Amino acid sequence: MTRPSYDVVVLGGGNAGLSAALAARARGASVAVIEAAPRHLRGGNSRHTRNLRVAHERPTSILTDAYTEDEFWTDLMRVSGSTDEALARMLIGRSGECVAWMEGQGARFQAPLKGTLHLGRTNAFFLGGGKALMNAYYAAAERRGIDVEYDARVDGLQLTGSRFDAAVVATPDGSRVVRGEAAVLASGGFESNIDWLREAWGPAADNFIIRGTPYNTGRPLRLMLDAGAEPVGDPTACHAVAVDARAPKFDGGIVTRLDSLPLGIVVNARGARFADEGEDFWPKRYASWGSLIAAQPDQIAYAVTDRKVAGCFMPAVFPAIEAATIGELATRLGLAADALESTVRAFNGAVRPGRFDLETLDDCRTDGLEPAKSHWAQRIDTPPFRANPLRPGITFTYLGLRVDAEARVMMKGGGAENIYAAGEIMAGNVLRRGYVAGVGMTIGTVFGRIAGEGAARHARH
Amino acid sequence: MPAIELLHRGEHTMTVCNSCRYCEQYCPVFPAIERRLSFAESDLAYLANLCHNCGECLYACQYAPPHEFGIDVPRTLAELRLASYEDYCWPAPLARAFRRQGPAAGVALALAFAAFLAGMAAWIDPEAVSSRRTDAAFYAVLPHLVMVSVFGAVAIFAGLALAVSLRRYWTAIAAPSQAPIDAAMVVGALRDGIALRHLHPSGADCVSGEERRTPWRRVWHHATLGGFALCFASTSVAALYHTVFGWEAPYGYTSAPVVLGALGGIGLAIGPAGQWWQRRRRDPALVDPAQHGLDHAFLLLLWLTSVTGLMLLAARTLPIMPVLLLVHLGLVLALFVMLPYGKFVHGFYRLLALLKSESEQ
Repeated sequence: MTRPSYDVVVLGGGNAGLSAALAARARGASVAVIEAAPRHLRGGNSRHTRNLRVAHERPTSILTDAYTEDEFWTDLMRVSGSTDEALARMLIGRSGECVAWMEGQGARFQAPLKGTLHLGRTNAFFLGGGKALMNAYYAAAERRGIDVEYDARVDGLQLTGSRFDAAVVATPDGSRVVRGEAAVLASGGFESNIDWLREAWGPAADNFIIRGTPYNTGRPLRLMLDAGAEPVGDPTACHAVAVDARAPKFDGGIVTRLDSLPLGIVVNARGARFADEGEDFWPKRYASWGSLIAAQPDQIAYAVTDRKVAGCFMPAVFPAIEAATIGELATRLGLAADALESTVRAFNGAVRPGRFDLETLDDCRTDGLEPAKSHWAQRIDTPPFRANPLRPGITFTYLGLRVDAEARVMMKGGGAENIYAAGEIMAGNVLRRGYVAGVGMTIGTVFGRIAGEGAARHARH
Repeated sequence: MPAIELLHRGEHTMTVCNSCRYCEQYCPVFPAIERRLSFAESDLAYLANLCHNCGECLYACQYAPPHEFGIDVPRTLAELRLASYEDYCWPAPLARAFRRQGPAAGVALALAFAAFLAGMAAWIDPEAVSSRRTDAAFYAVLPHLVMVSVFGAVAIFAGLALAVSLRRYWTAIAAPSQAPIDAAMVVGALRDGIALRHLHPSGADCVSGEERRTPWRRVWHHATLGGFALCFASTSVAALYHTVFGWEAPYGYTSAPVVLGALGGIGLAIGPAGQWWQRRRRDPALVDPAQHGLDHAFLLLLWLTSVTGLMLLAARTLPIMPVLLLVHLGLVLALFVMLPYGKFVHGFYRLLALLKSESEQ
């Protein structure tokens, strides 16, 4: 429950919002967190995450080896292309403090994984994942007297020029005005707002699956842009991967992704291939498949494999559709049997002999086929044949609010007086394209703390 | 066999866990899931007993109810655990006892045994119970040979029933391809099992609700298990005294059987009481309500056995001694009879699951 007035009002209760709230509270500010989700779904997309990227000079109890700031910078630039260099350098420079600060809030981390992701050097993993982290944060917030309002949707912002006065909040008990000496906007992107996605993608957006929270409707983002905040990031871009078409519309999280694509072929609703399934290692290519499938008829595709590769990829949560012949498989998928048969025949005929090895960019490739399959191409000839239907699964959007080095929102004509932003709503300042695993949570933690401290400082003046 | 619905829920749960893997450092259940691609009934029976029901993975789960995937690993594995006790139980017709137990049934059984022993004592010596003796002469109430015969017969049956059940369970979960068991695996399983290493993530206290962690669950369990072990040791030493050295009870207050028994009795008075109290404060989402009767019957019988044992020690030279002795022996007998069909089995199933987990690594 919230009172009518606070020093700092935080809009959004994910990692960035809670980092801001806890940091502001540590500076003595009274703090309210307005969280759109009910309690059991709190935490925004953070509840689906599992690590953050951290630069470090030497091994720690939870990170192996070293990951220098320069290396972090290189990794970021390789995917993002451009960035706000000052903010990006600050992000990377302060990433090293994150783990200790988070542990101070009750977060728990785990020892480096031996598994297949190879992220133990660059990324610190939350014990139990992002929801466990959010539980720890919310427990700390409760202990420290931060008021949290769940099920509370921001409907309006009362601004005087570039000054925040209050948020108009819709709750199940009616509408309420929460005043603040300063505000932190940590309400994420607009990826779960299908109407907004349709503006960029047209009717295709109706077939998108949203991997995360249904509560990232981008309302505060839109309100700020309408009020004259400076945008940053491509307004039409989103990060999208291939997920199983049977996934829930929202909140399917990590388990709905499918990793079998490089092991077989991917066809569209016409039974035709449309991209090189073996272009590069899967971790480097998985994020391109969302857009590829979004461009296909009806935004649907099918990953087809045979028995040879069973067990070569992370087990999927939805069972594959199986059949003894390609024709029968096509019928089960609702595809034209002759179309899929001819695609598989052409593919099988183009596969060159080679030594199959998933660990390397092997020499199993097609010859004279368009599009080619550059690696891991094996004939699809061993029944049972299997297929999983795929749809674009949206992770996040890039459009955000431009901020300065204090995480203060930039309005047309200068910095806002008392409005700060952190997390996905301003991630576009740093990340313009692509994704580096775990950088979203680093952005949330680093800029959440900066925004919370700035807001508290402003409010206490 | 567990109900089809439960098997499907178990398989669905493990499949989601296997493609998520966020919980993999909480305990060995998750690495064991990751070593599998499918989850047959025997896999579920293994994983169910590997789980210590700590609860961390429920609160960490992004797919916990009311998410449409409805993942509740602690609760699902608790239900499968109970099903495994029943499935591998010998003789099979007694399997239903696992579900039918309750504190009242346990006490009724104990009183029936007490009455039976009283009848036997009265038949041997009509004055035995009413003699108002003050010499702590237990065998004057019930002759040693009678005690040994009754308890020996029950113990042999309980031991046999338990051994056959465990054998059946092990045969089911031990895959033919499994690495041969060596001493290091046995030591590892015993160490982790007795230390309750997996009742909580390393270095943390046990969770009893979201972000609510206290050491008590572990403390009460250690008191219970330690108390049970000390009482067992006390009885073994006393048997040794009697049969090898010919020293007959009652033993002095500073003798090994009395000291061991008194300490064990204190542990068994504190531990089960603490567990009962702690269970009431636990989040219901973590537990299988069908197991309440089983748990409570076992805890109550343990507690009553220790309390009457301590009372017997304190009052062994008072005229009430014969009545206390018969009630105490009735409770012990009921506990023994219920061992292979009660909560007691959980420790052995868990040790075998831990052994299997060691052999898989």
